[in-house]
Amino acid sequence: MTAILSLRDVSVKLGGSTGFLRKSIAPVQAVRGVSLDLHEGEILSLVGESGCGKTTLGRTILGLQRESAGEIFLDGKPVGDLPPEAARGARRAIQYVHQDAGAALDPWWSIGRTLAEGLLIHGMRDRAERRKRVDAMLSAVGLEPAWGRRYPHEFSGGQLRRVALARILLLQPRILILDEPTSGLDMSVQATVLNLLLDLRKQFSLTYLFISHDLSVVERLSDRVAIMYLGRIVETAPARQLFAAPAHPYTRTLLAAAPRLTGRRASDHGSVRGDPPSPALVAPGCAFADRCPIAEASCRDEVPALRPVAPAHDVACRRVPVEQIASLRARRRA
Amino acid sequence: MMKLLSVQGLKVSIRTDEGIAQVLDDVGLDLERGRILGVVGESGCGKSTLIRAIMGILPRAATVEQGEIWFEGENLLVFSEAELARGVRSSRIGFIPQDPLLALNPVFKIGSQLLEIMRWHAPHDQSQGSGRGAERRKRHVARLVGLLKRLQVPDPETALERYPHQFSGGQRQRLLIAAALACSPQLLIADEPTTALDVTTQHQILLLLRELVGEFGVSLLFVTHDFGVVAELCDDLCVIYAGQTVEAGTVRSILDAPAHPYTRALLACHPDRATSFRGIPGSVPSPLAPPPGCRFAPRCGDARAVCTEGAPPQARSTSGAEVRCVQFA
Repeated sequence: MTAILSLRDVSVKLGGSTGFLRKSIAPVQAVRGVSLDLHEGEILSLVGESGCGKTTLGRTILGLQRESAGEIFLDGKPVGDLPPEAARGARRAIQYVHQDAGAALDPWWSIGRTLAEGLLIHGMRDRAERRKRVDAMLSAVGLEPAWGRRYPHEFSGGQLRRVALARILLLQPRILILDEPTSGLDMSVQATVLNLLLDLRKQFSLTYLFISHDLSVVERLSDRVAIMYLGRIVETAPARQLFAAPAHPYTRTLLAAAPRLTGRRASDHGSVRGDPPSPALVAPGCAFADRCPIAEASCRDEVPALRPVAPAHDVACRRVPVEQIASLRARRRA
Repeated sequence: MMKLLSVQGLKVSIRTDEGIAQVLDDVGLDLERGRILGVVGESGCGKSTLIRAIMGILPRAATVEQGEIWFEGENLLVFSEAELARGVRSSRIGFIPQDPLLALNPVFKIGSQLLEIMRWHAPHDQSQGSGRGAERRKRHVARLVGLLKRLQVPDPETALERYPHQFSGGQRQRLLIAAALACSPQLLIADEPTTALDVTTQHQILLLLRELVGEFGVSLLFVTHDFGVVAELCDDLCVIYAGQTVEAGTVRSILDAPAHPYTRALLACHPDRATSFRGIPGSVPSPLAPPPGCRFAPRCGDARAVCTEGAPPQARSTSGAEVRCVQFA
């Protein structure tokens, strides 16, 4: 498989200011040296607690946020280190689906007009052609073409997600960044939206970067999963393997904490101490050491690097020996 | 054994510009002492109205048309507003809201907000000296600090002197659990208290709630739309659809063998169970114009002619749950 998008050691700093006669504020380093490959046609899930930098990483890939270090390649061509407008231009193939689809639509504009505007901005002058494309796209996402005359408030939450997807797909992207696309939806509606996402991926040959913290959904939907903690990727693995044999202690606590239908009673097993920490105050060494059940003194000495523990399975933890993973998988198989 | 809370045949309607909305139409639930009851349903099915009816804080346009709400052997519906305010809410029924940031006033210290609740609602205990003034307040502070310590709020002694924004989301939810427990209620009502939290924090809060139910001898009514949370936390389950209880029983019996077509469809949407992401066709009917007969019939895969003719009977499934469906009659 070829990588359609690659990140190499990308770091992002947010905020901070230095000014004459003003107190200078140190920037927050939201993303710290992330390297990631997105393969053509796959669904890669980015999972982590709030404040871990997953949305910032999404915005950086999109070009809305400029990286402070590192390189970004799209189809093997470097597209990094550009001012925002140029960055967006170079990354037109990447589009972003907002978490709150309703808030991203203009309440005074009919859906059809909103959808057509994107085409107009991208240079499609022919009104009839625009109309045709919008109608076709509305049916593709499971809405009636006639509903183009309706306004956002006339749609339900699930329908608004469909409208948001239609708007993005009109621009013919190849990569979609989906930021919590089903948060706030009822279970029955969530299922139909996920189903639609799978359909659209096939129909338009899309690649998804799926940002989420719902592990049940991630397990069912993704091909690969990357776990993020305080700006760093701590584990990447094929979805099946990650859920069968999680290696990083953070991944393990995350999986143990997720409520599942299997009915395991809430128990102390897998409970993490403390709150998700702030990216403004990151301790030296492994950032998870303070909450980690198996941390030792040496964990605080240096930042652990991602290293392979199995094919396509990388973990950034010095306490996870390669043999342990092998035995975990053996036990799983037995 | 006497039920702590028993809601029977509750009907609530709300006057709107477009007509009368039958928001609750024959809802029933039973909660026994020391148990955790989960109430599950999609948005718009009447979960919040049910909670509000129990606490007596329905909006003004709402009318309770029929039904009974028995709490510790008393029918709450005959209570006056003053009796509910002074004698039931906060003192005997504690409430844990969905969004802790909205429930706390940003300009007052935590201590003043929580102590205010206790000043109005904590029981007067004559054996512990004078029931008023500085001494009573001192007792309240001591109880709060003890509670915050139990709820693992860091630095409980100084927490009362801090403001809401100085706490994280999980800690704020702990503060509100402390507020709900402050006056030693018999019943806690929680309205999706963990939806705004990360899974790790949610796990901590669920664990804590389960321990508190045992330790403080309270019962918990837990409203949610997440079957995963129900599976981990609750003993009993009540599934609500379009203002009606459609299935009620123990969590185990319902998750192992869901009987009502709606429960089955809802569980089939859960990623842990779904074979494909189909969802449920259609949407929850408007309470302004509910369909005749079974409310779920228009979306039900097993619907027959008889389903739209009359209200479905209360029946019992093979696993022992109460089901409102003709299949089991």
